[in-house]
Amino acid sequence: MLKTKLFAAFIVIEAAALAALYVSSVSTVHLKEPEMALKGSLVRVMKLTDVAFWTEARYTRHPSQADFFTAFQDFPMSVDHFPAGSIVPPSQIHGAQ
Amino acid sequence: MRGHGRIIEYALSSLSRRKLKNLSVAAIFSILIAVLSSILFLMHAYKTETLKLLDSSPEIILQNMSAGRHELIPLEYISTLSGIAGVGKIVPRYWGYYYDSLTSANYTLMAVDADDASDKNKQDVKLINGRIPQTVGECAIGSGVAAIRQIGLNDDFFMTLGTEQNVNLKIVGIFTSNSAIVTNDLVVLTKNDLVKFFNMPVDKATDITIEVNNPSEVTTVARKIRRAYPDSRPILKIELTRTYDNIFNWRGGIVLTMFFGAIAAFMIFVWDKATGINARERQEIGILKAIGWETSDVLQLKFWEGTIVSLSSFLTGLILAYAHVFYFNAQFLAPVLKGWSVLFPKFQPMPYIDLYQIFVLFFLTVVPYVAASIVPSWKAATSDPDAVMR
Repeated sequence: MLKTKLFAAFIVIEAAALAALYVSSVSTVHLKEPEMALKGSLVRVMKLTDVAFWTEARYTRHPSQADFFTAFQDFPMSVDHFPAGSIVPPSQIHGAQ
Repeated sequence: MRGHGRIIEYALSSLSRRKLKNLSVAAIFSILIAVLSSILFLMHAYKTETLKLLDSSPEIILQNMSAGRHELIPLEYISTLSGIAGVGKIVPRYWGYYYDSLTSANYTLMAVDADDASDKNKQDVKLINGRIPQTVGECAIGSGVAAIRQIGLNDDFFMTLGTEQNVNLKIVGIFTSNSAIVTNDLVVLTKNDLVKFFNMPVDKATDITIEVNNPSEVTTVARKIRRAYPDSRPILKIELTRTYDNIFNWRGGIVLTMFFGAIAAFMIFVWDKATGINARERQEIGILKAIGWETSDVLQLKFWEGTIVSLSSFLTGLILAYAHVFYFNAQFLAPVLKGWSVLFPKFQPMPYIDLYQIFVLFFLTVVPYVAASIVPSWKAATSDPDAVMR
């Protein structure tokens, strides 16, 4: 039964490591709550609307502010100038109707 | 229980007889789980953080439209808007974009109005080394801008749009890097500097933010605004969160599509296992039956073989994915997410984990693999041992 014991030990160690990682993630999130509150306060007082991930075009820097309805302009699903254009899904206005 | 222990012992011996093949399968399985989990972890972490932050965004942002495009909004709208029942504080925003040819990066310029009482609370921002600008000629910049321009506190920051439109600002604040997800490309300057730099008319703003006293009345207020100004576009907070929900789901889908080849290869592999076992395995089952094993024992053996390989690979893959995303800042996925952004905040996703996603992944990978191990063996185990051995 040596192999069974070794295998059981391996699975228990992996499961314990995963459980520890999960507990660590929950506690990290909990510990960073004050930081998240400060970021939320920054967003509120500076009246920010978007995250600063993709800065190469207006509609990727501020997807929530971009207009999806003007003809012949940079908009999601138009011919792409930047790879990040693929992050924006087809407009609901075009897709739903 | 003891019987299961013996069958597991035999299953481990059986797997070790085909060591190279089974280790290869386990390695491929682990890598596949690690890739899929990395994508799911990263997208969920960023989506959750973004949606939590955007919950603090203004209830309504009013844009002016002209000829179907976003246009500067007249400040005279504010008096009409404040007359709408349920409307709280109304604050115009002054902001725009600046392409920096020195670094080929785009900055977002945003103004604070030091003379406006409603803008006073901007001085209370905590995630900044230094302070928010208070007088003309000062600015605060994001950590990404500071890094790419190689400048620091009290340095000069020059921007130009031509011979007439120049500003030379003193840096009085740098946003901390842990706020980079919203401030990385930000240049905050006074309203007077921004209006002068962009040559904006003094009676217009970029857009207007509107607070609504009762959140359940937001759509009613937006409808009344549309009635008062049919050429305007009110953007509700719920639309912001929906946009980002879609973006991260879409981006995650795109990345998953890129790995579709790997997923398809694994599916074909599982299918191959499900539709047949090789002659050696068939012979082994025949011998087991001949020495007195029941069909149920053979099925238990195959169940444990499949479980040993898939469960250990699944757990290994999850640990690798967690380490990759949250300890090594998603090194392999970062280039896919960054696109062409010159300024991109440092990858430091908050470890938000969705257990539901892990369970779904488990049932979509481990369960089919175990089933694929049992089904062909069941066919062999129910046949006559003599015929199977021949």
